[in-house]
Amino acid sequence: MATSITPAREDSPEAGELVATRRGRYHVLTRFDRRVLMLMVGIPLLLDVLLIWWPTASSIFLSFTNWDGVGSVTAQNFIGLKNYQFMFSGYTLFWPAFLHNIIWLAWLALIATPLGIFFAVLLDREMSGTGFYQSVFFLPVVLSLVVVGFIWELQFSPTEGFINNAFGLVKSGKLIDWLGNPRINLYSILIAASWRHVGYVMVIYLAGLKSVDPTLREAAKVDGANEIRTFFRVVFPVMAPINVVIAVITAIEALRAFDIAFIVNQGKNGLELLSILITNNSISEASLVGFGSAIAVILLLISLGPIIVFLSRVMRTTS
Amino acid sequence: MSVIAAATRRSAAPTVAARGIRPGRVALHAFLIVMSGVWLFPLFWAVYSSLRPISDTVLHGYLSWPSGGLSLANYQTVWTQADLPYYYVNTLVIAVPAVILTLVLASMVAFACTQFSWRFNLVTLMIFTAGNLLPPQVIIVPLYRIYLNTPLPMLGSIDIGKFSFPLFTDNTLLYDQYIGIMLIHIVFQTGFATFVLSNYMKTISKEITESAIVDGAHVLRIWWNIVLPLCRPALAAMATLLFTFIYNDFFWALILMKTGDKRPITSALNNLQGEFFVNNNLIAAGAMLVAIPPILVYIFLQKQFIAGLTLGSTKG
Repeated sequence: MATSITPAREDSPEAGELVATRRGRYHVLTRFDRRVLMLMVGIPLLLDVLLIWWPTASSIFLSFTNWDGVGSVTAQNFIGLKNYQFMFSGYTLFWPAFLHNIIWLAWLALIATPLGIFFAVLLDREMSGTGFYQSVFFLPVVLSLVVVGFIWELQFSPTEGFINNAFGLVKSGKLIDWLGNPRINLYSILIAASWRHVGYVMVIYLAGLKSVDPTLREAAKVDGANEIRTFFRVVFPVMAPINVVIAVITAIEALRAFDIAFIVNQGKNGLELLSILITNNSISEASLVGFGSAIAVILLLISLGPIIVFLSRVMRTTS
Repeated sequence: MSVIAAATRRSAAPTVAARGIRPGRVALHAFLIVMSGVWLFPLFWAVYSSLRPISDTVLHGYLSWPSGGLSLANYQTVWTQADLPYYYVNTLVIAVPAVILTLVLASMVAFACTQFSWRFNLVTLMIFTAGNLLPPQVIIVPLYRIYLNTPLPMLGSIDIGKFSFPLFTDNTLLYDQYIGIMLIHIVFQTGFATFVLSNYMKTISKEITESAIVDGAHVLRIWWNIVLPLCRPALAAMATLLFTFIYNDFFWALILMKTGDKRPITSALNNLQGEFFVNNNLIAAGAMLVAIPPILVYIFLQKQFIAGLTLGSTKG
């Protein structure tokens, strides 16, 4: 990768040492300068390839093996698609985890992200106190998901948590185990995750709203459109680039979900997620490197969706 | 912008702009105040719990007024018994060099890719950006093996008081080392920082670089003396954001470090839970202590933090 980067004018690949100026004149970069530039890109690129893209490729490769991490991978380790077969049909935790990631995505996409956008729209106006409200909703964004998990455990914990005490469930003995009951604990931690996600979306959306041409809104107003109509018909469409970013962020957050579930119960009993199955199978408990890699490949394939959407947007705006 | 909006509002619909209490505004404020209360409550509750002695909550329950008074005793217990200062130092040892090196590497790539016309500019930037968007768990299985199988030289250690910081490694591996955690943060965050900084540098006129070359300046000089100073706002924003990201990270140190005592504070918090934080009040105090540095960032560097987040999304 590193060596393939040669400086060149776009129209003539051979003219390696030339730098194009706006006026079409060319200045010679010294050999030293060219080498320095190559290193400036080459060293970071080499690190990126070695520690991110090489492991990504290795995950795909290892997913076709039954390697247990001992010794080196030999021809006998290749088992074709057996990991995938077992994952889809034999492994009872895969589909629940897959479903939990989908629920996570749906919750963020349908509840938390729209709420963040709603807050941004409400706060994008000349009004006293907007700075205060903005700071309040933004506060959880600086906190670690681990701290967020701890803070919400103090709300959800069965006998000592605020919620059960406040609703008299401790006194009446009808405890709701918010984090322990596998039918509801996913939604409990989604509330905790949303506490942070809403502020994140709000801040980004607010920055986008500030850059919307105010004359558009005035024109809509003159035409008699109310605020809701103006937002959906005028503001939202011109915010398309930000909307894509928000959609990508939401999807990536849902796929990366790990920390809070791990803090609560190490991702068991209703809180299984693809990310947690990967680490549990191949690092913490067992050494099913091949099988863990197969789950990682599934996570990779899903992640490629939002990544490609994001990159194609970057391509469009730069070219 | 809002001035113009307000002006047109007045001319277009004079009734709306009439001074005095407007029911719409009141409802809006009421809604926002209620939501602010909801948002602040979990944090308020954590602070409140952390300030109450356990004897008080055992006697009166968690939902009670502080009859036994409030004190910082829980903080004191957590601070000393769990050796908390130690973990802050672990975090600093990892985060400070990681932030600096990330900014150096990312600004070099961004500089080379935005100030000069290369054939693979876009591809390079895409490799970095896409790498940063991958969920860390996609690469963790092979990465863990790489860390276990990468030999490093043992060059002694720097001992300060009861702290011992190995130079490179103390077990001949990349695994379970400060440098290993530092390295993965640098590589992962360089992707993000490159994306943001290259968007920022695109706004700098190429003619500045061109005329410097005509004047005979070396590219390193141009990068360090001309382009980087122009990027100061973006670098400040990124430094704030990266420090918070690295401080808040849980995953890398959880998997790539085994020795509990070496873990940075956010990852250590989880282990301390069972061992030292034996009741909710202590847990609350521990969580608050871990939250203090990010909250300081929130109080003093909120602008930079938000600028960092929005630079990465609204441009490019």
